[in-house]
Amino acid sequence: MLDKVWDDHVVRSAPGEPDLLYVDMHLIHEVTSPQAFESLTLSGRRVRRPDLSMATVDHGIPTVGRELGITDPLSKRQIEALEQNCEEHGITLFGVDDLRQGIVHIIGPEQGLTQPGMFIVCGDSHTSTHGAFGALAIGIGTSEVEHVLATQTLPRAKPGSLAVTVDGDLPLGVTAKDVILGIIREIGVNGGHETVIEYRGSTITGLSMAGRMTVCNMSTEAGAVAGMIAPDDTTFAYLEGRPYVPTGALWEEMVAYWETTPSDADAVFDREVVIDTAGLEPFVSWGVNPAQVVEVTGRVPSPDSFDDPLERDSARRALEYMDLEPGTAMTDIGIDRVFFGSCTNARIEDLRAGAEVIQGRTVHPDVGAMVVPGSGLVKLQAEEEGLDRIYKEAGFEWRDAGCSMCLAMNDDILSPGERCASTSNRNYEGRQGRGGRTHLMSPQMAVAAAIAGHLVDVRAWQ
Amino acid sequence: MKPVSVVEGQMVPLPHANIDTDQIIPKQFLKGVKRTGLGPNLFYNWAYDEEGERESGFVLNRPEYAEAAVLVAGPNFGCGSSREHAVWSLADAGFEAILAPSFGPILENNCYQNGLLPVVLGDDDAEEFAKLAADPANSVTIDLPAQRVSSGDFTASFEIDPHVKERLLNGWDQVDITLQSVADIEAYESSRPSFMPALG
Ligand code: SF4
Repeated sequence: MLDKVWDDHVVRSAPGEPDLLYVDMHLIHEVTSPQAFESLTLSGRRVRRPDLSMATVDHGIPTVGRELGITDPLSKRQIEALEQNCEEHGITLFGVDDLRQGIVHIIGPEQGLTQPGMFIVCGDSHTSTHGAFGALAIGIGTSEVEHVLATQTLPRAKPGSLAVTVDGDLPLGVTAKDVILGIIREIGVNGGHETVIEYRGSTITGLSMAGRMTVCNMSTEAGAVAGMIAPDDTTFAYLEGRPYVPTGALWEEMVAYWETTPSDADAVFDREVVIDTAGLEPFVSWGVNPAQVVEVTGRVPSPDSFDDPLERDSARRALEYMDLEPGTAMTDIGIDRVFFGSCTNARIEDLRAGAEVIQGRTVHPDVGAMVVPGSGLVKLQAEEEGLDRIYKEAGFEWRDAGCSMCLAMNDDILSPGERCASTSNRNYEGRQGRGGRTHLMSPQMAVAAAIAGHLVDVRAWQ
Repeated sequence: MKPVSVVEGQMVPLPHANIDTDQIIPKQFLKGVKRTGLGPNLFYNWAYDEEGERESGFVLNRPEYAEAAVLVAGPNFGCGSSREHAVWSLADAGFEAILAPSFGPILENNCYQNGLLPVVLGDDDAEEFAKLAADPANSVTIDLPAQRVSSGDFTASFEIDPHVKERLLNGWDQVDITLQSVADIEAYESSRPSFMPALG
């Protein structure tokens, strides 16, 4: 699949040089783009294809009190810079007041701008999310954002390929989030280095598009260039009728094309890994990278249990930062905050799954919990389904769409020492606030933790 | 971009695995609209205490490493987010090269775009340089044309994509190079399928 999508985008190929690839869709947000627009303007260049670019504001935007305007002067300036740049260059912006505003990786698929066989780039590492549709989608830096603005292309040497096969039914209570955490635990945070991962097998094809996006989203946490899943009927059904997906004869033509993109039965990969679903359980992270996870029924490991000296060093430093003792049962770890959101787990399916756990229970009095829908449209849909009431009545804060405490660039931030159950993708030191301690998990597990006041095995409630 | 050929200078060791871009430059410094002035915020949460005072124990703050131009890091250096701010802050703090067994893919590309040299070493060589870097008196020479790194008597060779190497040696701007292929881009555009999405 990688080869097919790659070959379809080669503008120019020459021996000893990277291939020049054509970008079908360039997604833009406020944090990694201002310097790119600035250099573009300084060098007297224009955006080559504004019609193949889409922008939104997500990273720095507040998730509460927006009607009062953006109070952080720096974020305000970044957002205004994006508004101005989009205006000047004719780029469509789903801005602060647009109902369609949201996390860039949630709204691309939602609008139907993410489709099989496309080459998609964005100045953001979680661009890998879009691979769930069988697109090749990679994160780029700001200089490359400028390059794409100016040329609509990106030079790249072709990465290797890694097949990750997951077969069989998921055990009860195990979600897409647990699948990807299990994969990263298995292959490591650098296990996908210099490769594009293709996730395959009946477990993967059995996932909804939301679940597939959760899996592909965290390909970057496995160190991969991108992640992909072959498009199938689930993909087509998701896309049909979306705003930027054509209908009629063009739709038929597209589907016919999409059906040609999956890997052939005899496709060869540079490497292959098989994950046993029997070993998958609800996972929770104990450390400061997403491979440092354990079953929720497990215990905090001892650094001495790692043979590799670098892993041992990293576990020792992680436990110190996380303030955890080896041997502690994960379910004995108390929490102060819950963050339910991010491009990993803030789609409508996630909000539904989390709400189901509540069953009339309420958030523990010592816990501050917030739900941040991935987009304005997800929020609206959830409200139409009455999910907001379920969350609010249980004591969760119900916020506006954005990245929020996933990276804590706005006011949604942990205080030093606070411990958070989070549905996001990164438990790095200080990611959610300096001195803050993040435990990654699925939406169901995070909601259960909010209610219990400590990490808990949600399966016991089902 | 200014050409890169031979980098010489002091090393500083930070040989932990998986140092992510959130460590290199925390989020509060991503709110600017310029590329400049990020150096003082490099590794902020390690370099400053909660009162904003310099942590004297952090290796980059030690006076004997004040001149360091080459960071010696562990595997998967710069994994995590795409923020080019990580590279801008390293460059602004005076770093010209990084030695590590492997790099996060986006950071590696970002380095090339800014003339900061990411040198991929074998595990054993990287470990040796980390040991050498522990003595601030040791300096290092990275010879890009010869693809060699040496400190004292110890020398290691490294691989680099020949095209990237040429670009670095000449200081070529990637956009300029690509714009020489405008005819190819136009030809490609004229044959793109019409069902691909576009915005109004
Ligand atoms: S939700 Fe988090 S990971 Fe996703 S784009 Fe926003 S900051 Fe990045």
